[in-house]
Amino acid sequence: MRIGAELFLDCLVREGVSHIFGFPGGVVLKLYDRLMDSDIKHILTRHEQAAAHAADGYSRSTGKVGVCLATSGPGATNLVTGIATAYMDSVPLIAFTGQVSTDLIGGDAFQEADIVGITRPITKHNFLVKDVADLARTIREAFHIARTGRPGPVLVDLPRDMLDAATRHVYPKTVEIRGYNPVYDGNPGQIRRAANLILNSTRPVIYAGGGVIISAASKELVQMAELINIPTTTTLMGLGGFPASHPLFLGMLGMHGTYAANMTISNSDLILAVGARFDDRVTGKIEEFAPNAKIIHIDIDPSAISKNVKVDIPIVGDAKNILKSLMAELKKHSDTKWKEITREWLKEVNAWEKENPLKYEKIDDVIKPQQVVEEIYRLTRGDAIVTTDVGQNQMWTAQYYKFEKPRRLLSSGGLGTMGFGLPAAIGAQVGNPDSLVFAIAGDGSVQMNIQELITAVQYELPVKVAILNNGYLGMVRQWQELFFDRRYSATDLEVSPDFVGVAKAYGAKGMEGNKPSDVEKIIKEAINTAGPVVMNFRVEREENVYPMVPLGAGIKDMILGPPEKKK
Amino acid sequence: MNEKTNQRRRTLSILVQNKFGVLSRVASLFSGRGYNIESLSVAPTEDPTLSRVTLVTDGSEEILEQIYKQLNKLIDVIKVVDTSRENHVNREMVLVKVRGDASVRADLIRAADVFKGNIIDASARTCTIEVTGEEGKIEAFIDLMTSFGILEIARTGRVAISKGPRTLKPGRVKP
Ligand SMILES: Cc1ncc(C[n+]2csc(CCOP(=O)(O)OP(=O)(O)O)c2C)c(N)n1
Ligand SMILES: [Mg+2]
Repeated sequence: MRIGAELFLDCLVREGVSHIFGFPGGVVLKLYDRLMDSDIKHILTRHEQAAAHAADGYSRSTGKVGVCLATSGPGATNLVTGIATAYMDSVPLIAFTGQVSTDLIGGDAFQEADIVGITRPITKHNFLVKDVADLARTIREAFHIARTGRPGPVLVDLPRDMLDAATRHVYPKTVEIRGYNPVYDGNPGQIRRAANLILNSTRPVIYAGGGVIISAASKELVQMAELINIPTTTTLMGLGGFPASHPLFLGMLGMHGTYAANMTISNSDLILAVGARFDDRVTGKIEEFAPNAKIIHIDIDPSAISKNVKVDIPIVGDAKNILKSLMAELKKHSDTKWKEITREWLKEVNAWEKENPLKYEKIDDVIKPQQVVEEIYRLTRGDAIVTTDVGQNQMWTAQYYKFEKPRRLLSSGGLGTMGFGLPAAIGAQVGNPDSLVFAIAGDGSVQMNIQELITAVQYELPVKVAILNNGYLGMVRQWQELFFDRRYSATDLEVSPDFVGVAKAYGAKGMEGNKPSDVEKIIKEAINTAGPVVMNFRVEREENVYPMVPLGAGIKDMILGPPEKKK
Repeated sequence: MNEKTNQRRRTLSILVQNKFGVLSRVASLFSGRGYNIESLSVAPTEDPTLSRVTLVTDGSEEILEQIYKQLNKLIDVIKVVDTSRENHVNREMVLVKVRGDASVRADLIRAADVFKGNIIDASARTCTIEVTGEEGKIEAFIDLMTSFGILEIARTGRVAISKGPRTLKPGRVKP
């Protein structure tokens, strides 16, 4: 006989869990007690939200399921933002929450919250375990659901008495969930139709999203693009799914996408969408999105298809499988002169690339934020794991760090959660102890989870936090500048902490960069430092992210740069 | 999407796991996405581990497609069929409590007879009649009862089943 808490930990080990991120409390005392005797390593974050983000960063960077754990009531509700973040970006994550005993549920007991009800719309599925006989099977199902199909977070609520109860149950060998059968192989008829459409187009473009990374389809995506020389753009979530240095790569598309990517999409006659969901940040004004293009949409989630944009050929299934089948189908037409098809089109595309490449102006005395990102890229040879916060820092990272490989950029795309970067970097470092992990942060965002510096120090996780300190909630300020007559309501962060002092107070190394010549030196020193580092780069305060598609405009109508030269 | 001009009314038959919380998953999917539920009925099936939900909703073709896909996405949903697209029969039941002392009792009995209804309760001043049928019949009956003075109405909402041998057997969910 074992108790529920022991069975719980045994199940986790069998699921391959080596680390969990969490924060203890009353109803999970038994579990924490047994954790001391387990092989699973527990990372104590200093806020449950950070535990969820860390598990998320662990998962995004490794491809494994991330696990976080919190007590009932406030512990559980503190996880909510982290769970929603993972949900929007299809991250496989399990959140275990303690709950008051089954006999107390519903009675407004101390630290009771209906976390199953609260998280219903932000989880792929969730469970309340009401009988210890269901515990092992529920955990098995939770992991299965989280990692299969379109992945996503699953929450398992564990009443205190479930952890205390004696049980003979064991981890079940198999899992079978009635009514849950994700489809992985594309419909052959649809694949044939898609191949025909591709062969009959002269201006095709590939638009790839996070699904490519989740399905590990980067290699196939490159092969697909090279087969017919199709120019390729990705979403924020897709960056790294196609090597940035590849000649067919156009950069990111959408609101802050490159001129070439947005023009190519807008003038295409065929979009091959792979694991992307036509988010409004990508399409801009929907009526003007790629008006002459037919659309082939490959996605594992049927509900992602024809949700925002009407699709001509939907193919439901796993991106990697479908790309393989699609290429096999295309190769049957061996008489086709592949590269001829897009020759003229590529000339046009290249002209757009030359016409308006990403650019910013360097100045002598003030650091440009883009410069910091470029320098981090150069000094890490494009091979670091990079997390971002949300705002301008995130967009500059997406634009100027050239991601070559998948699972290197960890960013909250769908929910846009400020404060994601530092805890996600901690999780990524736990999962990749030998990798260099950078958190490119905003001075606003970093303060939302800055307490996690102590977690990095305690567990000797040498994350490098580079704050692009513009003294503003920069992205919001940018909108105020452009659309609200420069009325900077509640976005000035002039009053801010001494970040170097904060770093030191936590026991991390702190460095301050004030002039362009500091940048390289500081980043090098950070890389050569064994422990966690905070780099506070004071950057040009009112630098904007360009190109920019104003809200409500079509994506070909970009603002390419500042309206007039600042004095 | 033009939602106004392209409204459709649909009866969905949804086979779900008979577990607590399932109904709230279905209902909150609708409320969370701004879809409309016109009526909803739920009860266990011949297999006690499964329940059948009959849900009447409306929306444009695009919205209905999303509803269908989103319902299928719920882990506890085993099968969704748009019964209104098939050859089907549907029924609803209503209980109507009306004013009905001795002076009108005979008229009430006659009215109930026309609608093949049953008087299921009577008191000195009131009378409760049960009628089953398609929506049109139910509406017509309620109309007729207005003249007696309706005190209270309870309707079940629609249930539906396809004609012929077809059943809503659990199986692989259509992609
Ligand atoms: C939790 C949360 N609150 C509010 C916002 C809205 N928001 C988006 S970007 C941004 C500014 C972020 O400022 P900072 O972290 O300094 O980044 P910067 O844009 O200056 O690089 C805000 C407030 C958000 N995305 N997340
Ligand atoms: Mg800022």
